[in-house]
Amino acid sequence: MTADVEDPERRDVLVIAASAFAAVGAASLIWPFIDQMNPDAGALALASTEIDLSPISEGQAITVMWRGKPVFIRHRTPTEVEEAKTVPVDDLPDPVARNENNPGSPATDQNRTLPGHEKWLVMIGICTHLGCIPKGQSLSDNKGEFGGWFCPCHGSHYDTSGRIRKGPAPRNLDVPPYSFVSDSTIRIG
Amino acid sequence: MSSHESSYEPKSATAKWWDERLPLPRLMYDQFVEFPTPRNLNYLWTFGGILTFCLVAQIVTGIVLAMHYVPSGTDAFDSVDRIRRDVNYGWLIQPMHAVGASMFFLAAYIHTFRGLYYGSYRAPREILWILGVFILLAMMATAFMGYSLPWGQMSFWAVTVITNLFSSLDQIIPGFGTSIVEWLWGGYAVSGVTLTRFYSLHYLLPFVIFGLVILHVWALHVCGQNNPTGIEIKTKSDSLPMYPYAVSKDIFGLFVFVIIFAWFLLFLPDYLGHADNFVKADPLVTPPHIVPEWYFLPFYAILRAIPDKLGGVIAMFASIAILAFVPWLDRSPVRSTKYRPIYKWFFWLFVFTCLALGYLGAKPAEGVYVFWARIFTLYYFAHFLIVMPILGSMETPKSLPGSISEAVLGKGSKSTTSSAPAGAPIGAPAAPEDR
Ligand code: HEM
Ligand code: FES
Repeated sequence: MTADVEDPERRDVLVIAASAFAAVGAASLIWPFIDQMNPDAGALALASTEIDLSPISEGQAITVMWRGKPVFIRHRTPTEVEEAKTVPVDDLPDPVARNENNPGSPATDQNRTLPGHEKWLVMIGICTHLGCIPKGQSLSDNKGEFGGWFCPCHGSHYDTSGRIRKGPAPRNLDVPPYSFVSDSTIRIG
Repeated sequence: MSSHESSYEPKSATAKWWDERLPLPRLMYDQFVEFPTPRNLNYLWTFGGILTFCLVAQIVTGIVLAMHYVPSGTDAFDSVDRIRRDVNYGWLIQPMHAVGASMFFLAAYIHTFRGLYYGSYRAPREILWILGVFILLAMMATAFMGYSLPWGQMSFWAVTVITNLFSSLDQIIPGFGTSIVEWLWGGYAVSGVTLTRFYSLHYLLPFVIFGLVILHVWALHVCGQNNPTGIEIKTKSDSLPMYPYAVSKDIFGLFVFVIIFAWFLLFLPDYLGHADNFVKADPLVTPPHIVPEWYFLPFYAILRAIPDKLGGVIAMFASIAILAFVPWLDRSPVRSTKYRPIYKWFFWLFVFTCLALGYLGAKPAEGVYVFWARIFTLYYFAHFLIVMPILGSMETPKSLPGSISEAVLGKGSKSTTSSAPAGAPIGAPAAPEDR
C-alpha cells in the first residue's frame, strides 16, 4: 500500500512547525530588549508634584520641574490676559488649545487656563520645535514679538498665552494635567 | 577573496605548517604585499590608510578614556575635567580622542569626494561604495553619542535637539514620534539615563565600524582599486605590487596627516570645540546659540533650510541617503571627472555648495542666511538628481588613454591594448571620440 512508501515531504510539517515556534519565540524575546529602554518605574513614580503659588506676584513667573521637564508658571497681568484674549483663533498657526485638562478644544486663552483661574498660565516650558527652553521667564529676558516667550534656538515666538505665533515650532506650548487643590496651590500630574 | 593568483611561497617549515592549517600569512601576503595596485595612484588614494589609522587611534584612546570616565549625569562632566587635569597624560589622551574625531571626519570627507571625483562608485564598485556610506552613517552616530559624553551645555542641548528630530514623526502618526523620543531618552526628558545608554552604544559602534571596514576592504580587493584615469588594470604593466610602492606612499601621506593632527592637538586642542561645552549641562537653560560640531554643519544647514519640521528632518537624512544611489544616478560613459570637461565645473560647484552649507550651518537661522541655505540645499539635491543623470548622458567626454601605462608613460609605450577590448567595463568604453 502507498502508506508504506517513504513520502519525502511527510516531515515538512515538523520543519514548518519548528521554524514557526522558533520565529515566534525569538520575536517575543525582542520586546523585552526594546522595552527596557522605555521610561522605567522610577521615572513614572515621579509623576505628580504640588506647588504653592502664593509667593508669585503679578507679572512674575517661576519654573518648576515635573517629570524631569521644566514647567513655566506665570502670574499674568490683566493686560497680558487681555492681549491673549483678543487674538482670533483663526489667526493662530496652531488652533488647538493643547491643554491636557481640556483636550481638543480650540486655542482660546480661556481654554489654555483653568476656569476661574485665568491669570495663571501653567505650561511645559519646552519649545515644541526641537526641545529648547524658551526665554521669557525672567523680567530681563527677550520675550519675542508677542510679549510671551522666545526660543533662541531657531527663532520661535510665543504669545502671552504660550501659543506659537511665528517661527518653526508646530504646536502651542503644552499645558500639563493639573488642578487647583486650594486657591493658591496646584498639583501637576 | 582575491582576484589574482596567489604567489605566496612559505619559506620556513613553520610557515609551511601554518599555511596548511590557517593560511593567514598567505592572505596577508596576497592582499597587502603582492596585491596589484594601479601604478598611477595619487595622494588622494592615501586616505584609506589614513582612515584606518584614525579608527585604530579612536579605539585605543577611547579604551583609555573609558578607564577613567564616569558615565553618569552627576559625575560625567567632572570626570572629564579630572581626566584632563589629574590623570597622568590625560591632558594628551583626551584631546587626542576629541581632535581625533575631527581629523577622522576630515579624512572621511576627502576620501568620499575623491570617490565622487574619480567615479569610484561605478560598476563594479557599488557595494564597496555603499559600505562606505554605511561607515559614514555609523561614524556620525558614534560621534554624535560621543559628543554627549562630556555632558557640557552643548552636549546636553545637541542631544535634546537631535533626538527631538524624531518627534516630527508625530506629524504622520500622532504620538508615535513622542514615544520614540521617550524610548530613546528613557524618560520624559534628556537625563543621566540617556547619557548612560549613549555611552554603552558609543563603546559598541566603533567595533561595528571595524566590521564594516573589513567588508569594505574585502569588496575593494575583489574589484581592485580605481585610479585617476578610471580605466581598469588591463596588463601587468599597468600595476605595481602594493608593497613597497603603494605602502610607502601611504606612509608618507599618513606622516603629513599626523603632523597636522599633532599641530591641532598640541597647539589648539580646543579650537574645534565650543566654549559652552565647558559649562556643565543645565536642563533649565538653553545656550543662546546651539551649533553642532563642524562636521555636521552642512547637514544642520539643510535641516534648518526647510520651513517644515518633518520636511527638514527628511531632507537631512536624504542628503546622506542619496549618496547610496549615486552609482545609478551617474549616467556618464566614463568614470573619471578628469575626462569630463563640463561635469568638472559642476563637481567643484558641488564642493563649494557643501562648504557654503557648512558656513551657513554655523550662522543663526534668520534672514539672508536662510535664503542662501535654501539655494544651496536646492543645488545639493539637484546635483545628484538632475546634473548627474542628465549631464552624464549628454556630455561628450575627452578621449581616454588606451591604458593606465599609456596615461603614465605616454603613447607608444609598451601598452598593447590601445583600443578597448570587448566587454570592458565603463571607464574604458568604446572610445568616446567614435560616438
Ligand atoms: C569611530 C570612532 C570614535 C569616534 C568618532 C568618537 C568620537 C568621540 C567624540 C566626538 C567624543 C567627545 C569628545 C569631547 O568633545 O571631549 C568622544 C568621547 C568619548 N569617547 Fe569616543 N569616539 C570613537 C571611539 C571610541 C571608543 C572605541 C571608545 C571606548 C572604547 C570611546 C570612548 C569615549 C569616552 C569614554 C568619551 C568621553 C570622554 C571625553 O569626552 O573625552 N570612543 N568620542
Ligand atoms: S527648538 Fe525652539 S525654535 Fe527650534
